[in-house]
Parts: sequence; C-alpha cells; structure tokens
Amino acid sequence: MAVTRTPSRITTGVAGGIGTSAPRPDGALKVTGEFAYSSDLWAEDMLWGFTLRSPHAHAEIRSIDTTGALRVPGVHAVLTHEDLPAKTHYGLEIADQPVLAIGRVRFHGEPVALVAADHPETARRAAERIRVEYVELEPIVDEATATAPDAAVLHPGRTDRHSRHVPHPNIVHRQPIRRGDVAAARAAADVVVRGDYEVGMQDQAFLGPESGLAVPAEDGGVDLYIATQWLHVDRDQLAPVLGLPPEKVRLTLSGVGGAFGAREDLSMQAHACLLALRTGRPVKIVYSREESFFGHVHRHPAKLSYEHGATRDGRLLYVAARIVLDGGAYASSTPAVVGNAASLGVGPYEVDNVEVEAVGLYTNNPPCGAMRGFGAVQACFAYESQMDRLAAELGMDPVELRRRNAVSQGSVMPTGQVIDAPAPVAELLRRVKEMPLPPERPWLPGAVVGDGGPDGGAGAVDVRALPGGLSNTTHGEGVVRGVGYAVGIKNVGFSEGFDDYSTARVRLEMIGGEPVAMVHTAMAEVGQGGVTVHGQIVRTELGVERVTIHPADTRVGSAGSTSASRQTYMTGGAVKLACEAVRAEVLRLGRERLGGTSPLWGTDDTGLFLEGGKVVTAEGRPLASLAEVLGSDAIDLTREHHHRRTEPFDLRTGQGFGHVQYSFCAHRAVVEVDTELGLVKVVEMAAAQDVGRALNPKSVEGQIHGGTAQGLGLAVMEEILVSDEGRVRNPSFTDYLIPTFLDMPPMRVEILELADPHAPYGLRGVGEAPTLSSTPAVVAAIRAATGRALTRVPVRPEHILGL
Amino acid sequence: MRVSFTVNGRRLEADDVWEGESLLYVLRERLGLPGAKNACEQGECGSCTVRLDGVPVCACLVAAGQAQDRAVETVEGLGTASGLSPVQRAFVDAGAVQCGFCTPGLLVAVDELLERVPRPSDADVREALSGNLCRCTGYEKILEAVRLAAGGPDAPGAAAGPAAGEAGGAPAGEAG
Ligand code: FES
Ligand code: FES
Repeated sequence: MAVTRTPSRITTGVAGGIGTSAPRPDGALKVTGEFAYSSDLWAEDMLWGFTLRSPHAHAEIRSIDTTGALRVPGVHAVLTHEDLPAKTHYGLEIADQPVLAIGRVRFHGEPVALVAADHPETARRAAERIRVEYVELEPIVDEATATAPDAAVLHPGRTDRHSRHVPHPNIVHRQPIRRGDVAAARAAADVVVRGDYEVGMQDQAFLGPESGLAVPAEDGGVDLYIATQWLHVDRDQLAPVLGLPPEKVRLTLSGVGGAFGAREDLSMQAHACLLALRTGRPVKIVYSREESFFGHVHRHPAKLSYEHGATRDGRLLYVAARIVLDGGAYASSTPAVVGNAASLGVGPYEVDNVEVEAVGLYTNNPPCGAMRGFGAVQACFAYESQMDRLAAELGMDPVELRRRNAVSQGSVMPTGQVIDAPAPVAELLRRVKEMPLPPERPWLPGAVVGDGGPDGGAGAVDVRALPGGLSNTTHGEGVVRGVGYAVGIKNVGFSEGFDDYSTARVRLEMIGGEPVAMVHTAMAEVGQGGVTVHGQIVRTELGVERVTIHPADTRVGSAGSTSASRQTYMTGGAVKLACEAVRAEVLRLGRERLGGTSPLWGTDDTGLFLEGGKVVTAEGRPLASLAEVLGSDAIDLTREHHHRRTEPFDLRTGQGFGHVQYSFCAHRAVVEVDTELGLVKVVEMAAAQDVGRALNPKSVEGQIHGGTAQGLGLAVMEEILVSDEGRVRNPSFTDYLIPTFLDMPPMRVEILELADPHAPYGLRGVGEAPTLSSTPAVVAAIRAATGRALTRVPVRPEHILGL
Repeated sequence: MRVSFTVNGRRLEADDVWEGESLLYVLRERLGLPGAKNACEQGECGSCTVRLDGVPVCACLVAAGQAQDRAVETVEGLGTASGLSPVQRAFVDAGAVQCGFCTPGLLVAVDELLERVPRPSDADVREALSGNLCRCTGYEKILEAVRLAAGGPDAPGAAAGPAAGEAGGAPAGEAG
C-alpha cells in the first residue's frame, strides 16, 4: 500500500519528534568506543579466516595444491571451490560470481581459496603456501577488446534475462532511451556542442573494513554477525551457497563503518560461514585495507559522448548521448546502473528530443556495482560539462542556461514519465548562485589588503590555505580563482518495476510505569541515521518519549537495502504504518475499556491522538493515559510499506514510469588553482537541496556535507588505477586518496522542504543527490580559473597544466 | 613475548605476543579494548589514534614491544565517571558522528589538540586533524564539534573561518 497522504497533524507532545535534530541513539556508544563494529566481534575459540586472491586479471587455473598450507601448525581448514557444498555462484541480479574461483579467474584479487587458523598471521602465511598454477589469458580491458569479433566470452552460456537483448555476450545490459526526433531537431538547432568525457573508477572507501563473525549453530545452521546493507538479500544469496534452508541462516547486523553501496554485494559472508561450518568453530574475517579494495565493487568508470543542440536563446532542442560503463568481471548491479545512467542521462532538463544509449560491459577490470549516486554521477559530470560548453558557445551565463531548461513539476522526462512532485531545480540554482561568495584572498589579483580573513590576517599569506597546502612551493603568485555551478537529478528507491518494500514491527507496552515503544526492523544502519529517524517517527506518531531500537536481524521481514536514498522513505514509512496500526489498536482498546468514561471516545478514531503518553482530543484534552489503556498488555504489530509500483523501461525506447521519486541538489564550487603547479584548492562549496521534509535537519546537513565531499574527491583526487594488464595499482590509503580535513572547504547548505505528496511526511531521499553535482561544479570552477577544457575526472595537475 | 604497560591508568599485561604484532592488535585482540579502530593499518587514516606517553600515535604503526612500560591512553579512557567528556559530548551534540568508525581516533586527537591549544583556529583544527580520515561527514560537523568543545560558538576561531560560510551556513529548514 502506498502512503499518499501527508498528515496535517505532525507535531508531537514529546521531545525528539520529526523535524527536530534529535541526537543519535547510538551516539554515546560510538564516542566511548563501546559500539561493536563488525571488526570488533569476538567469540570463545574463534578462528581467523583469510582469503587467497588471484594475482592475475584473467587466467586459467590449472591446479590448486593446498597441502603445504594444511601442514602449517594452527591451520584448521583450507577450502577451494572443490569444497563448496552446494551452489557455487551468487550475485545480486545475475548469479555469475563464483564463491571461490572455478577453473578461471576474471579479475585481479578474485578469491581463490580460504584458510582458517588460530591467528590472522598464521592464516595469511599459510595462504602463501597454497600453490596455484595459472595460465595467463589476454585481459579484456575496454569496449573495443570486449566486443571485438574474436573476444573471449567472459561468461559463456549466459541465461540471465538481459542476455537475449544484448548485442554481444560481453555486454551485461544495454538501455536505449528514445523520444522525439533527434535528426529533425539537429537540423533546426542554432548551436551544437559535442564532447567526450571520462570518469575514473572511484571507490566507496568506507573506513570500517569488511568483516564479520560466523558462528556454527547446534541445529546445523549458522549465525552470522555482519556489516552489510541488506540482511535479507545476503541471506537469500548465502543459503543456497551453504546448502542450508534460509531459516538456518540467521543474520544479525553488527556495527557498520560506512557503506556507500560497497556492502550491497557479498564479500566475506559466504567465506566465513563456509569456514565456520567446516571447522565447527566461530570464524572471524577482517579485511585489511588492501583486501577491502579487492573485496568490494567500485563505481563504474565511464566513457561518455554527448551532443547537445539548442536554439540561440538557449532552449535545449535535443540531446544525443552514448554512455559506456565498465562493469568489470561480474555483473553485480550493473544492469540497474545502466538503467539509471540512461534514464537520468540528460539531467534535470526539459528536452523533447532525446537519443541516449547506455551499455554496461563485462571486462577483466575490478567488478563495479553500487556506489552512492549509482550511474547518475557519471552522467551528471558529462551533461553538466556540456551545459557549460553550450553556455560558453551561446555567450550565456551557465546558471541562466540551466534555469531556462530546468524541469519543474509537470515536466516530462525522456522516459515519458511526468514529474508529479515538486522539482525546484531553477530555485536551487538561484539559491546557490545568490549565496555570498567567500571573501577574496590576499594573494588574488585585485584583492583588497586586509580582506584576508582568518588565514593570517590582513595581507598575510598563510601557506596552509594555498593550493598544495604546506607542501606548496610558491607563495601564491600564480594562483587564480574560479567559480562553477552544477545541478543533478537522482532517483530515490528501487526502480524499473522492482517490488520495493520494507517491514517494521512496533511494540508498545508499559515498562516500569512508563510507556515504551520498541522498533524492530532489518534496516541496516550504516551511519546514515536511520535509527535516529525511527525513534523520531515513533515519538511523533505514538507520543511516547522512550523508544528502543531492536537490533536489526533476519527475524523480522526484509527492510530492503540501505541504498538508493530509500531507507527513510521505505523503512521510515513502514515504521509509520506500524505506528498507525498500533495507535488504532490503542484507540480501539481504549474505546473498549474506557469508552464509557467520555462520549469523546466516539465510535471511531477520528479526532483522537496519542501525545505525551496520553490519548488526547484534537484540542489536546487528555482522555486517558496509555497506562490506563494498556494495563499489562503489549501491542505488537508488523506492517510492510511498498512504494507505488514503477515499471521497467521499454528495451527499445526506454519509455516507462521507471522511478518512484526524484531528488535534486545544486552546487556552487569556488576553487583556487596554482596554474604553475597544477594544484587545486577548493575554497568553498555551497549546496542547495530539496528534501521534501527534513525529518532530522542536522542529519540532512550531514548527508549533504558527506555527499559533497565524495563528489569533490571524484573531481580532484579519487581514482583506482588499473594497469593495462587489469591489475590494481593503488589498493591502499597511501595511494588511493580521499579528501582529508585540509581538502574539504567550509560548506554552505540550504535546505528546501517542498513536500512530495506521494511520500511519507512528504519526504524525499537525501543521501545521494549531493554526490552528483559536487563533481561537475568543482571541475567547472577549475575550468573557469584556468580556461582548460577538462573532460576527465579526477582532474590531475597535468590536465591543468595542459601536459 | 610478554608486554606490560599502562592503559588508561591501569597496569596491563599481554602474553604470547608475536614479534610483529602491533600495539593496535594487542589492544584490540588481546586486551579486549576495541575502541581504537583498524581501517588501514598503514598509518594513513588515524582511526587507531591513541596516546603513547601523551603523544598521539597511530597504534597500527607501533610495535607492541615499543609500548613496554609506557602509558597508553585510548578512547575508552576519555569518559569520566559521570559520563561523557566535553569532547565526546560535543561530537554527539554537533552531529559529528555518522558511522562513527573514525570517531574514536578523532576524539583522542582532538582531546590532545585542545590540551595543547585550548582555543584552536579553524586552520589549526584542520591541520591537526588532517591525519584522521572521515568518509561520512565531510568534516564540517567535526569542525563544529571541536569549536563547541573548545568553548562554544563564541570561542575565538569559531566565527573566523577562512570564509563566512565557515560558520555553518544557513540553519537547516530555515531556508524552506
Ligand atoms: S589503522 Fe592506523 S592509521 Fe589507519
Ligand atoms: S563518521 Fe564514518 S568515517 Fe567518519
């Protein structure tokens, strides 16, 4: 059932309801170090698991000899694919990924064998003694090698639902979007701009490494304590691999140190369970940082070719685009990423004539899948770069060009979908444009001496504030400033006909004379603050102060994934529905037990609310306390929240009501560039985002800050480097750089709250949109400062210098 | 080998320590103090920051044997009997904690910074904490937390960011 109502009365008589910046219930545990992350788990007699991984991107495995490893004292088990008890492959959308390599490895770092030992170092050293005989094969590294007539087929005999529609078996999925008549529009265009863009492979780089603890159970099953994004889909993939019925595979969420999409696929889950079941002892696996880079999917690197045509006064007439996403060795969520890139490929703009094609490849590069922004990030960099190019060609202000073409409520997307909720794109752009700019700095030409602000006072140069920071070698002579803008569009929730739902159980009872509500869901709290919001919703709906959050596990129905900016919408919505059911039951019980005491109880629930631990009338007049109504009874109800049904995109035209909700964020970036050294300092980021309704304003700001930081990272520093042989060259935090405190500038954030009539409380998913426009805004600012075209991210010094 | 040292004021011993074991491993796996986190084990992220004789170090880079007879302070030692320390409180209040994996290391680093520089400027804070990666927050709210812990929004350095925006931008919701 879809919630299509925005309740009018959402104030609450207790503190910490929705709309307040209620503190995190897990905050105190996290600041004292008591919060148990998955890498902190411990069990009596626990063994440590370790994974032997392929040193090659593409090779045939001739033989695996484990005898040397088994002889190491302290080793309890060594497993290869021959030890798999049941199903040998798994996958989110396509079960193409072997639990342990069988006969062939398809990417550098692919798991080949497992060791369990009594010390992590023993396990690691034993793994070194496993002899694997490889015959290296030519790696497939890009579209040309993947679709060459004589290309080796990476997954022969595909039977997945996309395989019938793709032009080559090394293409995972292909989604065209066709609308209007591009040829005619091209003929009519006054101005045409074309560009080729490239996005490097970004990593989620969450801080808490993949880890978990598998404990064999007496019933022959296994209990897995795990940091993941979706407990139930992990179980659905695990049970067939372990050869166990689903009810014997029980998962409990342990502390998650960030996710950003990388925990959607299985990593060590099956490995730990297999070792635990084999040894009969608890097995813990904790990835090192290097292993983490090999153990999860990354953001799809992309090559994008765009052509935009417009009238002289800046109306977009058509967009033609081709987007090639490298999915790497296994499918993961590539089909959905392709669908997103295609359907969101022209951005938040009204364009009548569109021809977009997105394809996802199988190659021998590292597997790519979900990462915050999910296909929309790559497209946003390209279409926003094109908008700047077009503005320059037209001699028009880039923000003005965007505003002239911005979608709004009622606009038609290239998929034919009508946007049926507020879409304040022009307003968001206006806001970032009108925010005051950061003051000039003393080293910039024309700066007023004394305007130097805090960086050392009037006229002084604090080298820490220069591009390059303390390690810089100039004093700002060649530093120029630039300002850039961008806006993006992201879908919320699962799309293309997926039956997206979540489950929540809410229990209300008197404990120690006080009403206490308990919320039980399988939602993965990965840092986003979902548990905080659940407490707020319960306080608002049930008017009780004390809310406890039950640990997330598979004993309650699925909550779906903590991804696609969907958890507050979906699980929050389920909590709300469960609360409404509990409230109805409270009122029914009250009527039954106390109805005689006041005619106001009436015959239905109209006009009665729960507030401050009491049943009250619309005027706030108390009728009874919850203690009187409940007595020693507990009300314990479970509800599912489904969003309204979407439909798949037509495979030839891409038409269809594919997305349930859109979210929008706009950015302005101010950068300073040292044009002699090619170094960039982002001086300030400003963002404006529509969140429908800010259930927790502080958390919303935090999401916008964090998403902006990841986008900035993609703009100027983050890239997994893969050699021509398909080998990862920088799997460490020494070589894969994410923004530090010194790289992140101050941020201004403005939040709009234009309610979405289809969503619970009118809310709009928040987490991903700010990741999109941050990247092109920074690059636009660097372009403005340097005049360079800059068509690839991350931007490197050599690009800035034109080398 | 046996390593004995003081942790958060208590004398502790760890037996059967391998030569290559880091202080971080011994704290987490042998002494049951998992507060210091393991995120890179290469000295790059600061998640494992503890104080060794008062000086912040990456526990992943310290061999366990180097801690012999020395004093180690971890996040577990930050709180007081009556609850959270001001720095811990400030992190919760400012919304500086998301996934929280970086938090213990940051808290130890901030605690030391404020002991050394009670009223740090924003630039000081950024520099002092540049060895502590956080992937979730974008650092803005961490900066706010440090300002808060250093004496509230009126503390020197709070209003004087490199730009006016340093003060945090428009309050959420107000703009709507
Ligand atoms: S774990 Fe020690 S610095 Fe990263
Ligand atoms: S809060 Fe997640 S890494 Fe900092």
